[in-house]
Amino acid sequence: MAFDLAFIWAGLIAFAVLAYVVLDGFDLGVGILFPALKDSREKDLAMNSVAPVWDGNETWLVLGGGGLFAVFPLAYAVVMPALYAPIIAMLIGLIFRGVAFEYRWRTHRAQHFWDKAFFGGSVLAAFAQGVALGALVQGIEVENRAYAGGNWDWLTPFSILTGVAVVVGYALLGATWLMMKTEGAVNDHARRLAWPTGIATLGLIGAVSAITPFLDNEYLSRWFSGWTMAFTGIVPLLIAGCGWLLFTGLKSGHDTRPFLAALGMFVLSFAGIGISFYPNIVPPSLTIWEAAAPDSSLWFVLVGAAVLIPMILAYTAYAYWVFRGKIDPDEGYH
Amino acid sequence: MFGFEAIDLARFQFAFTISFHIVFPAFSIGLASYLAVLNGLHLLTGRDIYLRVFQYWKKIFAVAFGMGVVSGIVMSYQFGTNWSVFSDKTGPILGPLMAYEVLSAFFLEAGFLGVMLFGRERVGPGLHFLATAMVAVGTLMSATWILSVNSWMQTPAGWAMNEAGQFVPEDWWQIVFNPSFPYRLVHMVLAAFLTTALVVGAVGAWHLLRDSTDKGARLMFSMAMWMILGTAPLQILAGDQHGLNTLKHQPAKVMAMEGHYDSHPEGAPLILFGIPNAAEKRIDHAIEIPRLGSLILLHDPNAPMAGLDTIDDDKEPPVAIVFWSFRVMVGLGLAMLGLAFWGAWQRWRGKLFVSDWLHRAAIAMGPMGFVAVLAGWITTEVGRQPYTVYGLLRTADSASPLQASAVTASLLSFIVVYFIVFGMGTFYILRLMGRPTQTTQGRLDEGPIRTAGTTPAAQTEKKERQDGV
Ligand code: HDD
Ligand code: HEM
Ligand code: HEM
Repeated sequence: MAFDLAFIWAGLIAFAVLAYVVLDGFDLGVGILFPALKDSREKDLAMNSVAPVWDGNETWLVLGGGGLFAVFPLAYAVVMPALYAPIIAMLIGLIFRGVAFEYRWRTHRAQHFWDKAFFGGSVLAAFAQGVALGALVQGIEVENRAYAGGNWDWLTPFSILTGVAVVVGYALLGATWLMMKTEGAVNDHARRLAWPTGIATLGLIGAVSAITPFLDNEYLSRWFSGWTMAFTGIVPLLIAGCGWLLFTGLKSGHDTRPFLAALGMFVLSFAGIGISFYPNIVPPSLTIWEAAAPDSSLWFVLVGAAVLIPMILAYTAYAYWVFRGKIDPDEGYH
Repeated sequence: MFGFEAIDLARFQFAFTISFHIVFPAFSIGLASYLAVLNGLHLLTGRDIYLRVFQYWKKIFAVAFGMGVVSGIVMSYQFGTNWSVFSDKTGPILGPLMAYEVLSAFFLEAGFLGVMLFGRERVGPGLHFLATAMVAVGTLMSATWILSVNSWMQTPAGWAMNEAGQFVPEDWWQIVFNPSFPYRLVHMVLAAFLTTALVVGAVGAWHLLRDSTDKGARLMFSMAMWMILGTAPLQILAGDQHGLNTLKHQPAKVMAMEGHYDSHPEGAPLILFGIPNAAEKRIDHAIEIPRLGSLILLHDPNAPMAGLDTIDDDKEPPVAIVFWSFRVMVGLGLAMLGLAFWGAWQRWRGKLFVSDWLHRAAIAMGPMGFVAVLAGWITTEVGRQPYTVYGLLRTADSASPLQASAVTASLLSFIVVYFIVFGMGTFYILRLMGRPTQTTQGRLDEGPIRTAGTTPAAQTEKKERQDGV
């Protein structure tokens, strides 16, 4: 086999998930911070800063799930029942926050209800994603091509910790995004929110990274032997570097740098998770090759992906470019 | 829950969530194309009225589209959560088709939706039209791929089986263009256009009843009646062809649709109405036209037709649901044709905009596209039972290894959430529809109001809009 198709696809799925995490991360983050914004004017602005792009952001989640179904059907078939409750909770959270974008403008009386739905849905979705991540890292029991555990295996102190970490991390992304997209009072407000969420994010990344290697001997040996040792040593430094950029950026009044620094933290943490997983797609025992669909399926989608993903990136970039810059409080919606 | 097993609950959950989902795409596929046409006509003629009607429907589209997206995301995860064995077995074939749907359709819709809704001022009318057209193309692509998926489950082709028991691809061309796909695609897309035209027509008629000079309402009503006149006859033709194709590939389904418990060696009747009696395996109180069934389905009044007595009991679909839902769909299709002819006649007499009874009828028919779509899908899907992949994989062997308690909890949550969320959404849409297009005149860019609040004038407008005035 000249190409290791399963490996390429593992990389593409990882890319889709990462794209999802950073893109929907900031727009879920805006939702998480919603109650902390003062009046309805600040809320209007915050919501308008993500309204034109949230659907595109969320589509990466559909690609992550749909892609898994296409190229690693066994992984999809094992993970979804194993993470049943968090997945359903995430879907319900996404329903509430997704419709709030439009509903909020369609009613006066119930506006506060949809504000709360936007907030609650965002928190629930983020928390459920974090819990799902934690549960996956802990490992899933597989027998005879099926999930072999119980209804509640996903619930552990570790998965709760990762759930909280994701909520807080998204809030940081949301706060720094708002700084980048707004001016005046909202900007100040967002800057003040970026401090505590930034500190908490760093602390939680530290806690999760410290525990992960001890969940499983595999992880321990992967992290503290061979070439990954170098990575183990460097990543904390790079994350600390991002932290430094974040806080100095916040202090010196930069509007864009903190957002980029926060993104950096997410990308690095994500790479760390990738190292823990590889070559498994469902730890502790299902590898990417075992879970992969036959080559003809992988080829069929790869051809399309090679053409379509660059196009998607291009028009997504265009959409962001159309709505670039600070949002103008008086600008039109419909 | 009430002694149901996990599998029954999972089936109910699937039927419940997909039935909600399909309602929104059926509307947004048609509406996206309608918006693209309005936008294009405005670009071409420069006439204000097109833009005004465009802005009117755009707001409604935004709400409906949002509901379609969130209910669709539930669907794409549900295959894994509730039907994991199915996912494992069919993933190598159906997964790639769905991945293409995401890559070629969902991203396209989502990427240009923002520009379409918020970007007119920023990109100018030309690019704005392009963005609207892209959203419309996206919805049509989405329908194409998902119907290919569904059709493959109905009429599987181009597959082989590997040692792990998975369906694996042999010939992608045969998989995508499986035998029932072209029929299903044509029938569903026509259904979406017809459904949307009925809604647009009903809204136009509603405002014409109040003010027959309302220009926006006239435009909508006239366009909708043309559309229905074009699509209703085509839809009946497409449905007839679809049925012939089903007879070839899924004869048991057609037997259930027709209520043919018994074989008819001398030519089968067409049963118009009757009460299916599952215990006795016959249709009670049947009103039937002799030999017409054979004439319609085989083009020969004396051709013999097999009945369900030739099918093993454990391979039969439930008859009553399929029998009734099929009749609901066909009945509504004929009613739509009637409406189309009535409209054409009144137009010919020059009374299209002043005929109150026509307008009342159009309002009554407004929601019937949705009913027909649901009835059609119920016919299709229940008629496929007891299989998920026709003839090859049983529904009972497709489900996830879940405890009933887990499925009960998720089912109840979905029921509660869907009724609240989509109930409110429907209410907001109806309220938007209740406003005449006139009120938006002169302030096509209603939006500033959304974020403004700086000037007192904008404040009042905002309040007005939110109260649905
Ligand atoms: C506005 C909607 C609408 C209308 C007026 C009709 N249909 Fe329909 N029908 C659908 C919307 C639909 C649908 C929702 O689009 C279905 C479900 C699955 C599919 O492919 O199309 C469908 C399925 C469906 C099937 C089942 C195909 C199968 O799965 O094997 C048949 C035989 C027909 N239709 C036939 C008809 C006939 C003879 C009609 C004439 C009056 C008709 N339909 C009107
Ligand atoms: C969109 C309109 C649709 C409606 C209203 C609909 C409705 C239904 C209903 C009522 C059932 C239950 C049948 C029974 O249990 O007797 C069912 C089953 C099923 N449908 Fe559909 N369906 C639709 C489209 C689709 C599509 C597009 C797919 C696939 C891509 C699909 C896949 C399935 C599967 C896997 C089942 C099996 C699970 C079960 O039997 O409950 N359906 N559907
Ligand atoms: C089980 C089957 C189905 C699945 C898994 C599914 C999945 C999805 C998903 C994930 C979305 C959201 C896309 C986004 O994020 O923008 C969506 C929306 C959509 N779906 Fe479905 N869908 C199914 C059935 C159908 C059917 C039967 C049709 C039409 C024939 C359809 C047409 C659409 C369209 C046009 C949209 C765009 C949003 C809208 O119009 O409201 N889907 N679907």
